[in-house]
Amino acid sequence: MSIGYTSRKEKTIIANHINFGLKKGELGAIVGINGIGKSTLLRTLGRVQPKLSGSILINNTPIEALKSDALATLVSVVLTEPIASKNLTVLQLVSLGRHPYTNWIGTLSADDQSKILKAIKILELEHLQHNKCYELSDGQLQKVMIARALAQDTEIILLDEPTTHLDLYHKVHILKLLQRIAHETKKVVLYTTHEIDLAIQLCDKMFVIKRDNNNFGAPCELIESKSFEDLFPKDTITFNPESGSFKINK
Amino acid sequence: MQRSNTYLFPFLLLFLVLLFCFVLNLSLGSVAIPFNDTLTSILGGQIENESWQYIIWNYRIPKAFTAILVGSGLSLSGLLMQTLFRNPLAGPFVLGISSGASLGAALLIMGSTLFSQWFIFEVINDVSLAIASSIGSFLVLLAVIAVATRVKDTMALLIIGLMFGSITAALVSVLSYFTDADKLQQYIFWAFGSVGNLSGFQLALLSVFIFIGIILSIISVKSLNALLLGENYARSLGVHLKKTRFIIIIATGLLAGAVTAFAGPIAFIGLAVPHLTRQIFNTTDHKILVPAVLAYGAILLLLCDLIAQLPSSSYVLPLNAITSVVGAPVVIWLLVRKKKMIF
Repeated sequence: MSIGYTSRKEKTIIANHINFGLKKGELGAIVGINGIGKSTLLRTLGRVQPKLSGSILINNTPIEALKSDALATLVSVVLTEPIASKNLTVLQLVSLGRHPYTNWIGTLSADDQSKILKAIKILELEHLQHNKCYELSDGQLQKVMIARALAQDTEIILLDEPTTHLDLYHKVHILKLLQRIAHETKKVVLYTTHEIDLAIQLCDKMFVIKRDNNNFGAPCELIESKSFEDLFPKDTITFNPESGSFKINK
Repeated sequence: MQRSNTYLFPFLLLFLVLLFCFVLNLSLGSVAIPFNDTLTSILGGQIENESWQYIIWNYRIPKAFTAILVGSGLSLSGLLMQTLFRNPLAGPFVLGISSGASLGAALLIMGSTLFSQWFIFEVINDVSLAIASSIGSFLVLLAVIAVATRVKDTMALLIIGLMFGSITAALVSVLSYFTDADKLQQYIFWAFGSVGNLSGFQLALLSVFIFIGIILSIISVKSLNALLLGENYARSLGVHLKKTRFIIIIATGLLAGAVTAFAGPIAFIGLAVPHLTRQIFNTTDHKILVPAVLAYGAILLLLCDLIAQLPSSSYVLPLNAITSVVGAPVVIWLLVRKKKMIF
Protein backbone atom coordinates (compact mmCIF):
# COMPACT_ATOMS: atom_id res chain seq x y z
CA MET A 1 0.00 0.00 0.00
CA SER A 2 1.19 3.52 -0.54
CA ILE A 3 -0.04 6.55 1.33
CA GLY A 4 0.13 10.27 0.87
CA TYR A 5 -1.94 13.21 -0.26
CA THR A 6 -3.67 13.98 -3.53
CA SER A 7 -4.29 17.44 -4.79
CA ARG A 8 -6.06 18.24 -8.02
CA LYS A 9 -2.90 17.95 -10.10
CA GLU A 10 -0.60 15.51 -8.44
CA LYS A 11 -0.18 12.78 -5.90
CA THR A 12 2.38 13.27 -3.18
CA ILE A 13 3.50 9.84 -2.11
CA ILE A 14 4.70 9.91 1.48
CA ALA A 15 5.53 6.24 1.92
CA ASN A 16 5.50 3.11 -0.23
CA HIS A 17 5.73 -0.65 0.19
CA ILE A 18 3.70 -0.77 3.37
CA ASN A 19 2.74 -4.32 4.16
CA PHE A 20 1.80 -5.63 7.55
CA GLY A 21 -1.00 -7.20 9.58
CA LEU A 22 -2.02 -7.52 13.21
CA LYS A 23 -3.97 -10.26 14.93
CA LYS A 24 -6.60 -9.89 17.65
CA GLY A 25 -5.12 -9.17 21.07
CA GLU A 26 -1.93 -7.61 19.73
CA LEU A 27 -0.47 -4.23 20.62
CA GLY A 28 1.34 -2.75 17.65
CA ALA A 29 3.45 0.38 17.23
CA ILE A 30 4.36 2.34 14.11
CA VAL A 31 7.78 3.93 14.60
CA GLY A 32 10.01 6.11 12.47
CA ILE A 33 11.64 9.52 12.37
CA ASN A 34 9.71 12.79 12.17
CA GLY A 35 7.90 13.44 8.89
CA ILE A 36 8.29 9.88 7.60
CA GLY A 37 4.53 9.34 7.46
CA LYS A 38 3.56 7.60 10.70
CA SER A 39 0.49 9.73 11.27
CA THR A 40 -0.43 9.66 7.59
CA LEU A 41 -0.32 5.87 7.72
CA LEU A 42 -2.46 5.73 10.84
CA ARG A 43 -4.99 8.22 9.48
CA THR A 44 -5.15 6.24 6.23
CA LEU A 45 -5.77 3.02 8.14
CA GLY A 46 -8.62 4.68 10.00
CA ARG A 47 -10.04 6.05 6.71
CA VAL A 48 -9.66 9.60 8.01
CA GLN A 49 -7.93 10.21 4.67
CA PRO A 50 -7.95 8.12 1.46
CA LYS A 51 -5.13 5.75 0.53
CA LEU A 52 -3.25 6.19 -2.74
CA SER A 53 -3.01 2.54 -3.76
CA GLY A 54 -3.11 -0.95 -2.32
CA SER A 55 -5.66 -2.37 0.08
CA ILE A 56 -6.59 -2.24 3.75
CA LEU A 57 -8.48 -5.27 5.00
CA ILE A 58 -10.39 -5.78 8.23
CA ASN A 59 -11.36 -9.44 8.72
CA ASN A 60 -10.69 -9.85 4.98
CA THR A 61 -13.12 -7.05 4.04
CA PRO A 62 -11.64 -4.02 2.26
CA ILE A 63 -12.45 -0.91 4.29
CA GLU A 64 -13.77 0.97 1.25
CA ALA A 65 -16.54 -1.61 1.05
CA LEU A 66 -17.74 -0.70 4.53
CA LYS A 67 -20.32 2.02 5.11
CA SER A 68 -19.18 4.75 7.44
CA ASP A 69 -21.49 3.62 10.26
CA ALA A 70 -20.33 0.00 9.87
CA LEU A 71 -16.69 1.11 9.94
CA ALA A 72 -17.42 3.12 13.08
CA THR A 73 -18.32 -0.11 14.89
CA LEU A 74 -15.01 -1.71 13.81
CA VAL A 75 -12.40 1.04 14.07
CA SER A 76 -12.07 3.85 16.60
CA VAL A 77 -9.41 6.54 16.43
CA VAL A 78 -7.62 8.87 18.82
CA LEU A 79 -6.09 11.68 16.78
CA THR A 80 -3.59 14.40 17.64
CA GLU A 81 -5.93 17.22 16.62
CA PRO A 82 -7.68 18.97 19.50
CA ILE A 83 -11.41 18.41 19.92
CA ALA A 84 -13.61 21.23 18.64
CA SER A 85 -15.53 21.95 21.82
CA LYS A 86 -13.68 21.86 25.12
CA ASN A 87 -16.95 22.70 26.83
CA LEU A 88 -17.95 19.03 26.83
CA THR A 89 -17.81 17.22 30.15
CA VAL A 90 -15.75 14.04 30.42
CA LEU A 91 -18.92 11.98 30.70
CA GLN A 92 -20.49 13.60 27.61
CA LEU A 93 -17.31 13.15 25.60
CA VAL A 94 -17.00 9.48 26.47
CA SER A 95 -20.73 9.05 25.75
CA LEU A 96 -20.16 10.31 22.20
CA GLY A 97 -18.22 7.08 21.65
CA ARG A 98 -21.56 5.29 21.66
CA HIS A 99 -22.71 7.36 18.66
CA PRO A 100 -22.64 4.45 16.12
CA TYR A 101 -24.97 2.38 18.31
CA THR A 102 -27.61 4.89 19.41
CA ASN A 103 -30.93 5.70 17.74
CA TRP A 104 -31.62 8.70 15.47
CA ILE A 105 -31.59 11.23 18.28
CA GLY A 106 -28.79 9.60 20.28
CA THR A 107 -30.62 8.14 23.30
CA LEU A 108 -28.29 6.03 25.44
CA SER A 109 -29.60 2.58 26.34
CA ALA A 110 -28.76 0.79 29.59
CA ASP A 111 -26.13 -1.18 27.67
CA ASP A 112 -24.61 2.06 26.35
CA GLN A 113 -24.56 3.52 29.86
CA SER A 114 -22.78 0.50 31.31
CA LYS A 115 -20.15 0.51 28.52
CA ILE A 116 -19.51 4.22 29.10
CA LEU A 117 -19.08 3.72 32.85
CA LYS A 118 -16.84 0.71 32.24
CA ALA A 119 -14.57 2.73 29.93
CA ILE A 120 -14.40 5.54 32.51
CA LYS A 121 -13.53 2.99 35.19
CA ILE A 122 -10.77 1.33 33.17
CA LEU A 123 -9.11 4.72 32.59
CA GLU A 124 -9.64 5.68 36.26
CA LEU A 125 -11.53 8.85 35.40
CA GLU A 126 -14.43 8.48 37.86
CA HIS A 127 -13.43 11.53 39.90
CA LEU A 128 -13.23 13.69 36.75
CA GLN A 129 -16.37 12.60 34.94
CA HIS A 130 -18.32 15.81 35.60
CA ASN A 131 -15.38 18.10 34.84
CA LYS A 132 -15.26 20.13 31.63
CA CYS A 133 -12.51 19.25 29.16
CA TYR A 134 -10.90 22.70 29.39
CA GLU A 135 -10.20 22.00 33.07
CA LEU A 136 -8.14 18.91 32.32
CA SER A 137 -4.40 18.51 31.86
CA ASP A 138 -3.01 17.11 28.58
CA GLY A 139 -2.48 13.71 30.14
CA GLN A 140 -5.99 13.58 31.57
CA LEU A 141 -7.49 14.66 28.27
CA GLN A 142 -5.54 11.94 26.48
CA LYS A 143 -6.99 9.36 28.88
CA VAL A 144 -10.49 10.73 28.23
CA MET A 145 -9.98 10.35 24.48
CA ILE A 146 -8.82 6.77 24.99
CA ALA A 147 -11.90 6.14 27.16
CA ARG A 148 -14.06 7.47 24.34
CA ALA A 149 -12.40 5.08 21.89
CA LEU A 150 -12.96 2.22 24.36
CA ALA A 151 -16.62 3.14 24.75
CA GLN A 152 -16.94 2.92 20.97
CA ASP A 153 -16.27 -0.78 21.57
CA THR A 154 -14.47 -1.54 18.31
CA GLU A 155 -12.21 -4.45 17.41
CA ILE A 156 -9.49 -2.04 16.36
CA ILE A 157 -8.25 1.08 18.17
CA LEU A 158 -5.87 3.41 16.33
CA LEU A 159 -4.01 6.06 18.30
CA ASP A 160 -1.87 8.83 16.83
CA GLU A 161 0.99 9.67 19.19
CA PRO A 162 -0.95 9.00 22.39
CA THR A 163 2.06 9.67 24.63
CA THR A 164 3.40 13.01 23.37
CA HIS A 165 3.35 15.82 25.96
CA LEU A 166 3.37 13.28 28.79
CA ASP A 167 6.12 12.63 31.34
CA LEU A 168 7.83 9.25 31.49
CA TYR A 169 5.58 7.90 34.23
CA HIS A 170 2.40 8.81 32.36
CA LYS A 171 3.78 7.56 29.05
CA VAL A 172 4.45 4.15 30.62
CA HIS A 173 1.09 4.28 32.38
CA ILE A 174 -0.80 4.88 29.13
CA LEU A 175 1.19 2.30 27.19
CA LYS A 176 0.74 -0.39 29.84
CA LEU A 177 -2.95 0.40 29.77
CA LEU A 178 -3.06 -0.02 25.99
CA GLN A 179 -1.20 -3.30 26.39
CA ARG A 180 -3.74 -4.45 28.97
CA ILE A 181 -6.65 -3.42 26.75
CA ALA A 182 -5.18 -5.32 23.79
CA HIS A 183 -4.41 -8.47 25.75
CA GLU A 184 -7.47 -8.62 27.98
CA THR A 185 -10.21 -7.51 25.61
CA LYS A 186 -8.66 -9.15 22.51
CA LYS A 187 -8.64 -5.92 20.55
CA VAL A 188 -6.09 -4.79 18.00
CA VAL A 189 -4.41 -1.68 19.36
CA LEU A 190 -2.08 0.20 17.02
CA TYR A 191 -0.35 3.47 17.81
CA THR A 192 2.33 5.74 16.39
CA THR A 193 5.20 6.87 18.55
CA HIS A 194 8.68 8.41 18.76
CA GLU A 195 9.56 6.49 21.91
CA ILE A 196 11.11 3.48 20.27
CA ASP A 197 12.71 2.08 23.42
CA LEU A 198 9.37 2.03 25.22
CA ALA A 199 7.69 0.41 22.23
CA ILE A 200 10.41 -2.28 22.12
CA GLN A 201 9.68 -3.14 25.74
CA LEU A 202 5.89 -3.17 25.56
CA CYS A 203 4.68 -3.99 22.05
CA ASP A 204 3.90 -7.33 20.50
CA LYS A 205 4.60 -6.15 16.97
CA MET A 206 6.31 -3.10 15.50
CA PHE A 207 6.27 -1.52 12.07
CA VAL A 208 9.42 0.48 11.33
CA ILE A 209 9.04 3.02 8.51
CA LYS A 210 12.29 4.05 6.87
CA ARG A 211 13.00 5.95 3.71
CA ASP A 212 13.88 2.95 1.51
CA ASN A 213 12.66 -0.14 3.30
CA ASN A 214 10.10 -0.89 5.98
CA ASN A 215 10.31 -3.70 8.50
CA PHE A 216 7.61 -5.46 10.46
CA GLY A 217 7.85 -8.02 13.23
CA ALA A 218 8.13 -8.66 16.95
CA PRO A 219 10.60 -6.28 18.66
CA CYS A 220 13.21 -9.02 19.29
CA GLU A 221 13.07 -10.14 15.66
CA LEU A 222 13.56 -6.57 14.53
CA ILE A 223 16.56 -6.17 16.84
CA GLU A 224 18.08 -9.37 15.43
CA SER A 225 17.55 -8.26 11.85
CA LYS A 226 19.24 -4.94 12.76
CA SER A 227 16.21 -2.90 11.68
CA PHE A 228 16.81 -0.15 14.22
CA GLU A 229 20.50 0.33 13.42
CA ASP A 230 20.00 2.61 10.42
CA LEU A 231 16.87 4.36 11.72
CA PHE A 232 18.79 7.48 12.70
CA PRO A 233 22.05 8.80 11.15
CA LYS A 234 24.79 6.67 12.70
CA ASP A 235 27.13 9.54 13.50
CA THR A 236 24.73 11.00 16.07
CA ILE A 237 22.75 8.10 17.52
CA THR A 238 23.59 4.38 17.71
CA PHE A 239 21.37 1.50 18.69
CA ASN A 240 22.45 -0.85 21.44
CA PRO A 241 20.92 -4.29 20.68
CA GLU A 242 21.64 -5.66 24.17
CA SER A 243 19.65 -3.07 26.09
CA GLY A 244 17.26 -2.32 23.24
CA SER A 245 17.87 1.41 23.54
CA PHE A 246 19.51 4.30 21.71
CA LYS A 247 22.70 6.04 22.78
CA ILE A 248 23.91 9.50 21.83
CA ASN A 249 27.41 9.52 20.34
CA LYS A 250 29.67 11.85 22.27
CA MET B 1 -32.93 9.25 32.60
CA GLN B 2 -31.39 11.63 35.06
CA ARG B 3 -30.69 14.22 32.37
CA SER B 4 -34.32 15.08 31.60
CA ASN B 5 -35.01 15.75 35.31
CA THR B 6 -32.05 18.07 35.68
CA TYR B 7 -33.26 20.33 32.91
CA LEU B 8 -36.98 20.13 33.65
CA PHE B 9 -36.95 23.14 35.96
CA PRO B 10 -35.04 25.54 33.66
CA PHE B 11 -37.31 24.51 30.78
CA LEU B 12 -40.42 25.13 32.83
CA LEU B 13 -39.07 28.50 33.88
CA LEU B 14 -38.14 29.40 30.32
CA PHE B 15 -41.64 28.47 29.13
CA LEU B 16 -43.29 30.59 31.84
CA VAL B 17 -41.05 33.56 31.05
CA LEU B 18 -41.90 33.14 27.38
CA LEU B 19 -45.64 33.21 28.14
CA PHE B 20 -45.20 36.25 30.38
CA CYS B 21 -43.17 38.10 27.73
CA PHE B 22 -45.76 37.23 25.11
CA VAL B 23 -48.60 38.75 27.11
CA LEU B 24 -46.42 41.72 28.12
CA ASN B 25 -45.56 42.31 24.48
CA LEU B 26 -49.30 42.31 23.67
CA SER B 27 -50.23 44.69 26.41
CA LEU B 28 -47.57 47.35 25.93
CA GLY B 29 -47.11 49.63 22.95
CA SER B 30 -48.15 53.05 21.80
CA VAL B 31 -51.48 52.27 23.45
CA ALA B 32 -51.04 50.65 26.86
CA ILE B 33 -53.61 47.96 27.48
CA PRO B 34 -53.87 46.73 31.09
CA PHE B 35 -52.25 43.33 31.64
CA ASN B 36 -55.48 41.79 32.98
CA ASP B 37 -57.54 42.93 30.02
CA THR B 38 -54.92 41.57 27.63
CA LEU B 39 -55.07 38.19 29.36
CA THR B 40 -58.88 38.16 29.28
CA SER B 41 -58.88 39.05 25.60
CA ILE B 42 -56.46 36.36 24.45
CA LEU B 43 -58.17 33.76 26.61
CA GLY B 44 -61.31 34.39 24.59
CA GLY B 45 -63.09 36.71 27.00
CA GLN B 46 -64.73 40.00 26.09
CA ILE B 47 -63.23 43.28 27.22
CA GLU B 48 -65.14 46.55 27.37
CA ASN B 49 -62.88 48.58 25.16
CA GLU B 50 -63.61 47.49 21.57
CA SER B 51 -60.54 49.19 20.09
CA TRP B 52 -58.24 47.37 22.53
CA GLN B 53 -59.73 44.10 21.37
CA TYR B 54 -59.10 45.16 17.78
CA ILE B 55 -55.50 46.24 18.45
CA ILE B 56 -54.66 43.00 20.21
CA TRP B 57 -56.14 40.64 17.65
CA ASN B 58 -55.34 42.44 14.44
CA TYR B 59 -52.08 44.10 15.20
CA ARG B 60 -50.28 42.86 18.26
CA ILE B 61 -50.84 39.11 18.10
CA PRO B 62 -49.46 38.78 14.54
CA LYS B 63 -46.55 41.01 15.58
CA ALA B 64 -45.82 38.94 18.70
CA PHE B 65 -45.94 35.70 16.71
CA THR B 66 -43.59 37.19 14.14
CA ALA B 67 -41.23 38.21 16.94
CA ILE B 68 -41.28 34.66 18.30
CA LEU B 69 -40.59 33.15 14.86
CA VAL B 70 -37.85 35.69 14.09
CA GLY B 71 -36.13 35.28 17.46
CA SER B 72 -36.31 31.49 17.40
CA GLY B 73 -35.25 31.20 13.77
CA LEU B 74 -32.23 33.47 14.07
CA SER B 75 -31.07 31.90 17.33
CA LEU B 76 -31.36 28.36 16.00
CA SER B 77 -29.46 29.24 12.83
CA GLY B 78 -26.78 30.81 15.04
CA LEU B 79 -26.48 27.63 17.11
CA LEU B 80 -26.24 25.47 13.97
CA MET B 81 -23.53 27.68 12.52
CA GLN B 82 -21.47 27.79 15.71
CA THR B 83 -21.39 24.00 15.85
CA LEU B 84 -20.90 23.47 12.11
CA PHE B 85 -18.09 26.02 11.84
CA ARG B 86 -16.62 25.11 15.23
CA ASN B 87 -16.48 28.82 15.85
CA PRO B 88 -18.18 30.64 18.73
CA LEU B 89 -18.39 33.84 16.65
CA ALA B 90 -20.41 32.31 13.82
CA GLY B 91 -23.91 33.60 13.17
CA PRO B 92 -26.29 34.31 10.28
CA PHE B 93 -24.45 37.55 9.55
CA VAL B 94 -21.07 35.90 9.30
CA LEU B 95 -22.00 33.53 6.48
CA GLY B 96 -23.18 36.46 4.40
CA ILE B 97 -26.78 35.24 4.34
CA SER B 98 -28.15 38.43 5.86
CA SER B 99 -26.03 40.56 3.54
CA GLY B 100 -27.34 38.59 0.57
CA ALA B 101 -30.85 39.46 1.63
CA SER B 102 -29.83 43.10 2.02
CA LEU B 103 -28.43 43.13 -1.50
CA GLY B 104 -31.66 41.68 -2.88
CA ALA B 105 -33.70 44.32 -1.09
CA ALA B 106 -31.32 47.10 -2.11
CA LEU B 107 -31.43 46.05 -5.77
CA LEU B 108 -35.23 46.05 -5.76
CA ILE B 109 -35.66 49.35 -3.95
CA MET B 110 -32.75 51.41 -5.21
CA GLY B 111 -31.75 49.59 -8.37
CA SER B 112 -34.98 50.54 -10.10
CA THR B 113 -33.62 54.08 -10.65
CA LEU B 114 -30.40 52.72 -12.13
CA PHE B 115 -31.76 49.96 -14.31
CA SER B 116 -35.30 51.21 -14.82
CA GLN B 117 -35.51 49.87 -18.39
CA TRP B 118 -34.86 46.29 -17.24
CA PHE B 119 -37.31 46.25 -14.41
CA ILE B 120 -40.41 44.24 -15.10
CA PHE B 121 -42.28 44.95 -11.92
CA GLU B 122 -41.95 48.44 -10.60
CA VAL B 123 -44.25 47.72 -7.73
CA ILE B 124 -42.32 47.77 -4.52
CA ASN B 125 -44.42 46.32 -1.77
CA ASP B 126 -43.85 43.99 1.13
CA VAL B 127 -44.27 40.85 -0.95
CA SER B 128 -41.88 41.77 -3.73
CA LEU B 129 -39.40 42.96 -1.10
CA ALA B 130 -39.61 39.62 0.66
CA ILE B 131 -39.15 37.80 -2.64
CA ALA B 132 -36.14 39.93 -3.60
CA SER B 133 -34.39 39.48 -0.28
CA SER B 134 -35.16 35.73 -0.25
CA ILE B 135 -33.60 35.43 -3.69
CA GLY B 136 -30.61 37.46 -2.49
CA SER B 137 -30.02 35.34 0.58
CA PHE B 138 -30.45 32.08 -1.29
CA LEU B 139 -28.04 33.16 -4.04
CA VAL B 140 -25.41 33.89 -1.42
CA LEU B 141 -26.28 30.60 0.27
CA LEU B 142 -25.88 28.70 -3.01
CA ALA B 143 -22.52 30.39 -3.54
CA VAL B 144 -21.51 29.39 -0.02
CA ILE B 145 -22.61 25.78 -0.65
CA ALA B 146 -20.70 25.72 -3.95
CA VAL B 147 -17.59 26.91 -2.15
CA ALA B 148 -18.22 24.53 0.76
CA THR B 149 -17.97 21.50 -1.51
CA ARG B 150 -14.53 22.68 -2.73
CA VAL B 151 -13.14 24.00 0.53
CA LYS B 152 -12.76 21.29 3.15
CA ASP B 153 -11.71 23.71 5.86
CA THR B 154 -14.63 25.32 7.67
CA MET B 155 -12.53 28.22 8.93
CA ALA B 156 -11.85 29.16 5.31
CA LEU B 157 -15.57 28.90 4.61
CA LEU B 158 -16.26 31.32 7.43
CA ILE B 159 -13.83 33.85 5.99
CA ILE B 160 -15.36 33.39 2.54
CA GLY B 161 -18.75 34.14 4.11
CA LEU B 162 -17.33 37.36 5.53
CA MET B 163 -15.95 38.27 2.09
CA PHE B 164 -19.38 37.72 0.51
CA GLY B 165 -20.70 40.08 3.16
CA SER B 166 -18.12 42.73 2.24
CA ILE B 167 -18.89 42.45 -1.47
CA THR B 168 -22.64 42.82 -0.95
CA ALA B 169 -22.09 45.72 1.45
CA ALA B 170 -19.94 47.45 -1.19
CA LEU B 171 -22.60 46.93 -3.86
CA VAL B 172 -25.26 48.30 -1.53
CA SER B 173 -23.23 51.44 -0.87
CA VAL B 174 -22.67 51.96 -4.61
CA LEU B 175 -26.42 51.63 -5.15
CA SER B 176 -27.21 54.04 -2.34
CA TYR B 177 -24.79 56.59 -3.78
CA PHE B 178 -26.64 56.72 -7.10
CA THR B 179 -30.19 56.42 -5.85
CA ASP B 180 -32.55 59.23 -4.89
CA ALA B 181 -33.42 60.18 -1.32
CA ASP B 182 -36.88 58.56 -1.29
CA LYS B 183 -35.60 55.18 -2.33
CA LEU B 184 -32.67 55.39 0.03
CA GLN B 185 -35.03 56.12 2.89
CA GLN B 186 -37.20 53.18 1.93
CA TYR B 187 -34.19 50.88 1.94
CA ILE B 188 -32.97 52.21 5.27
CA PHE B 189 -36.39 51.58 6.81
CA TRP B 190 -36.23 47.97 5.64
CA ALA B 191 -32.69 47.67 7.05
CA PHE B 192 -33.92 48.97 10.42
CA GLY B 193 -35.70 45.69 10.90
CA SER B 194 -39.28 45.25 12.05
CA VAL B 195 -41.56 42.45 13.11
CA GLY B 196 -44.76 44.40 12.49
CA ASN B 197 -46.71 44.78 9.24
CA LEU B 198 -46.68 41.13 8.18
CA SER B 199 -49.82 39.98 6.41
CA GLY B 200 -51.46 36.72 7.42
CA PHE B 201 -50.08 35.07 4.29
CA GLN B 202 -46.55 36.28 4.98
CA LEU B 203 -46.78 35.10 8.58
CA ALA B 204 -47.91 31.67 7.38
CA LEU B 205 -45.06 31.52 4.86
CA LEU B 206 -42.53 32.49 7.53
CA SER B 207 -43.91 29.82 9.89
CA VAL B 208 -43.54 27.16 7.21
CA PHE B 209 -39.88 28.06 6.58
CA ILE B 210 -39.05 28.18 10.29
CA PHE B 211 -40.87 24.88 10.83
CA ILE B 212 -38.86 23.13 8.10
CA GLY B 213 -35.68 24.62 9.56
CA ILE B 214 -36.53 23.29 13.03
CA ILE B 215 -37.35 19.81 11.66
CA LEU B 216 -34.04 19.65 9.79
CA SER B 217 -32.23 20.73 12.96
CA ILE B 218 -33.94 18.06 15.04
CA ILE B 219 -32.95 15.43 12.46
CA SER B 220 -29.35 16.62 12.76
CA VAL B 221 -29.18 16.68 16.59
CA LYS B 222 -27.15 13.48 16.82
CA SER B 223 -24.66 14.53 14.14
CA LEU B 224 -24.39 18.00 15.67
CA ASN B 225 -23.33 16.41 18.96
CA ALA B 226 -20.70 14.32 17.16
CA LEU B 227 -19.44 17.44 15.36
CA LEU B 228 -18.49 18.88 18.76
CA LEU B 229 -15.42 16.64 18.54
CA GLY B 230 -14.39 17.99 15.14
CA GLU B 231 -15.04 16.71 11.63
CA ASN B 232 -12.46 13.92 11.61
CA TYR B 233 -13.73 12.46 14.87
CA ALA B 234 -17.32 12.85 13.70
CA ARG B 235 -16.49 10.90 10.55
CA SER B 236 -14.79 8.19 12.61
CA LEU B 237 -18.02 7.91 14.60
CA GLY B 238 -19.94 7.13 11.43
CA VAL B 239 -21.34 10.58 10.64
CA HIS B 240 -21.94 11.10 6.93
CA LEU B 241 -20.17 14.45 6.77
CA LYS B 242 -21.22 15.68 3.34
CA LYS B 243 -24.89 14.93 3.94
CA THR B 244 -24.81 16.40 7.43
CA ARG B 245 -23.11 19.60 6.32
CA PHE B 246 -25.62 19.94 3.48
CA ILE B 247 -28.66 19.51 5.78
CA ILE B 248 -27.30 21.94 8.35
CA ILE B 249 -26.47 24.58 5.73
CA ILE B 250 -29.93 24.26 4.17
CA ALA B 251 -31.57 24.57 7.60
CA THR B 252 -29.47 27.62 8.38
CA GLY B 253 -30.28 29.23 5.06
CA LEU B 254 -34.01 28.64 5.43
CA LEU B 255 -34.09 30.01 8.97
CA ALA B 256 -31.88 33.06 8.48
CA GLY B 257 -32.99 33.75 4.91
CA ALA B 258 -36.72 33.67 5.64
CA VAL B 259 -36.36 35.80 8.76
CA THR B 260 -34.26 38.44 7.01
CA ALA B 261 -36.62 38.48 4.06
CA PHE B 262 -39.65 39.27 6.19
CA ALA B 263 -38.22 41.19 9.12
CA GLY B 264 -35.08 42.79 7.73
CA PRO B 265 -31.52 42.14 8.81
CA ILE B 266 -31.68 41.74 12.59
CA ALA B 267 -28.25 41.74 14.17
CA PHE B 268 -26.68 39.87 17.09
CA ILE B 269 -29.61 37.62 18.05
CA GLY B 270 -28.15 34.66 16.16
CA LEU B 271 -24.73 35.18 17.72
CA ALA B 272 -25.67 36.08 21.30
CA VAL B 273 -28.60 33.79 22.13
CA PRO B 274 -26.72 30.45 21.87
CA HIS B 275 -24.10 31.83 24.28
CA LEU B 276 -26.71 33.16 26.69
CA THR B 277 -28.47 29.80 26.58
CA ARG B 278 -25.24 28.00 27.47
CA GLN B 279 -25.06 30.22 30.57
CA ILE B 280 -28.33 28.76 31.91
CA PHE B 281 -28.16 25.27 30.48
CA ASN B 282 -24.62 24.31 31.25
CA THR B 283 -24.50 21.70 28.52
CA THR B 284 -23.31 21.08 24.99
CA ASP B 285 -26.00 18.51 24.19
CA HIS B 286 -28.02 19.73 21.22
CA LYS B 287 -31.03 17.72 22.42
CA ILE B 288 -31.26 20.30 25.21
CA LEU B 289 -29.78 23.28 23.37
CA VAL B 290 -32.09 23.27 20.33
CA PRO B 291 -35.37 23.73 22.24
CA ALA B 292 -33.71 26.01 24.81
CA VAL B 293 -32.28 28.28 22.13
CA LEU B 294 -35.67 28.45 20.38
CA ALA B 295 -37.40 29.59 23.59
CA TYR B 296 -34.62 31.95 24.65
CA GLY B 297 -34.45 33.59 21.21
CA ALA B 298 -38.21 34.14 21.22
CA ILE B 299 -38.09 35.73 24.68
CA LEU B 300 -35.22 38.04 23.80
CA LEU B 301 -36.83 39.24 20.60
CA LEU B 302 -40.20 39.82 22.31
CA LEU B 303 -38.37 41.99 24.85
CA CYS B 304 -36.33 43.82 22.21
CA ASP B 305 -39.50 44.52 20.24
CA LEU B 306 -41.11 45.76 23.44
CA ILE B 307 -38.28 48.25 23.96
CA ALA B 308 -38.36 49.27 20.30
CA GLN B 309 -42.07 50.13 20.61
CA LEU B 310 -41.19 52.68 23.33
CA PRO B 311 -44.29 51.91 25.45
CA SER B 312 -46.79 54.75 25.82
CA SER B 313 -45.16 56.88 23.14
CA SER B 314 -46.00 57.15 19.47
CA TYR B 315 -42.40 56.56 18.38
CA VAL B 316 -40.99 53.26 17.22
CA LEU B 317 -37.24 52.69 17.33
CA PRO B 318 -35.44 50.51 14.76
CA LEU B 319 -35.49 46.91 16.04
CA ASN B 320 -32.04 46.31 14.58
CA ALA B 321 -30.60 49.06 16.77
CA ILE B 322 -32.13 47.57 19.93
CA THR B 323 -30.88 44.04 19.23
CA SER B 324 -27.38 45.45 18.61
CA VAL B 325 -27.47 47.51 21.78
CA VAL B 326 -28.55 44.44 23.74
CA GLY B 327 -26.49 41.87 21.85
CA ALA B 328 -23.08 43.51 21.44
CA PRO B 329 -22.48 44.15 25.16
CA VAL B 330 -23.49 40.55 25.86
CA VAL B 331 -20.78 39.31 23.51
CA ILE B 332 -18.21 41.68 25.06
CA TRP B 333 -19.27 40.64 28.56
CA LEU B 334 -18.90 36.98 27.67
CA LEU B 335 -15.43 37.58 26.25
CA VAL B 336 -14.27 39.57 29.28
CA ARG B 337 -15.92 37.56 32.05
CA LYS B 338 -15.29 34.13 30.64
CA LYS B 339 -11.90 35.07 29.13
CA LYS B 340 -12.71 32.93 26.11
CA MET B 341 -15.88 32.10 24.29
CA ILE B 342 -16.53 28.43 24.29
CA PHE B 343 -19.23 26.49 22.60
